[in-house]
Amino acid sequence: MSPRTIRAFIRGIRMSSSLPGTALILVLALPPVRHALERVMVVHMLVQIPLLAVAGALIAVSLPTRLTSIFVSWNARGVTGTLLALIVSSWWMVPRALDLALAEPLMEVTKFVSLPLLVGIPVALSWRSLGGMGQGFVLANVLPMWAAVGWLYVAAPTRLCNFYLVEQQAAAGLGLLWLSIAVALAACARVLVPASGHESVAPGPRTT
Amino acid sequence: MASLLVCAIGGALLWHGTDGLRAVTSEQARRRAIARAPRVLPVIRLEDQDGRPFTLEAYRGRAVAVDFIYTQCQSVCKLLSAGFQRIDRGQQAVAADDRLQLVSISFDPRDTPGHLRAAASHYRANGATWRFARVSDPRQLGQLLVAFGIVVIPDGRGDFQHNAAVHLLDREGRLAAVLDADASPEEVLRVAGNTTNASEFHENRRMTARMKTNRPGP
Repeated sequence: MSPRTIRAFIRGIRMSSSLPGTALILVLALPPVRHALERVMVVHMLVQIPLLAVAGALIAVSLPTRLTSIFVSWNARGVTGTLLALIVSSWWMVPRALDLALAEPLMEVTKFVSLPLLVGIPVALSWRSLGGMGQGFVLANVLPMWAAVGWLYVAAPTRLCNFYLVEQQAAAGLGLLWLSIAVALAACARVLVPASGHESVAPGPRTT
Repeated sequence: MASLLVCAIGGALLWHGTDGLRAVTSEQARRRAIARAPRVLPVIRLEDQDGRPFTLEAYRGRAVAVDFIYTQCQSVCKLLSAGFQRIDRGQQAVAADDRLQLVSISFDPRDTPGHLRAAASHYRANGATWRFARVSDPRQLGQLLVAFGIVVIPDGRGDFQHNAAVHLLDREGRLAAVLDADASPEEVLRVAGNTTNASEFHENRRMTARMKTNRPGP
């Protein structure tokens, strides 16, 4: 197989893998799907919004190197992309943002564009560059923030979103709280499991 | 450098989007927007507990407090109505035209004039300075709620959840201030006095209070 064929093959894979991300956004944008996901606050916050970011990450994998290299050039060690994603994702945790997305079509469009473009893609292109320490630092900051926001939703004495019932607000808060704990546990497991695997394999080459 | 730029632009947008972190909920944003720029309200035909038609426009020249309720409400509307009752009782000695006019508007399509009459009689609303009302044409209810920024959602158990508050209209008939549902009558009257810029309104209130305290006991 010639290098040209291999390159064409890789390009083909990339083109085809941009499909799942785009298709996911289109499916999420279908009015019945959109309305179904936005009817319940916990689903809006913890299913639709994360899926839009995931769609962005799927698209990032398929972006041509020309585009990603531009991004990489101003994304030293993944810091800029991570900051961008952090800022944009924190907006979508503000109760007013959720209400605005339901009340203003322009804000709804902003949600569908900003989450894939400014959260999913930057995270996908930055996460590895952050390295273990950087990833740990980001998680150590983001997860307590999610937990705190979740707790605020649970403990708030008043309704924070005009478009959701107070019971839904508590459920969404609890969901965010559990999600932060689950991600923290998954991150711990990821750190601990490969380390133990390495230990059993690593001594091999050293002794030979 | 790029990180700084992202932080600066992102931070500025977040600051702007939350009104300097002072409006993280739409209710806070609504109140701040109204306080900054009083809202002109559409003319919507209402009918009170006695079936008499009227509009909020007709109150022009007087300060008005409006709340949105439904008569079967067992929670926050009761708080609103109790507050209105205390305001109404507290200004008995004030000349009728100088009083803060009170209007409780039901958003529940199930509320008939009969229900409104029962609520009015329960809270002793006389129908002059305090009216219980509903929108004459149900198709205009949405328009009225949007103008005030009220979102009503059924809870699936026959009740509603809504952003309950005391809404103050200035003498030009504009929505000028929004206060908490549990705001004290004194606070409501103080803000109503300020929004109308009517120092005599204020003075009148003070004189009434003085008259009451000086009044010899029975």
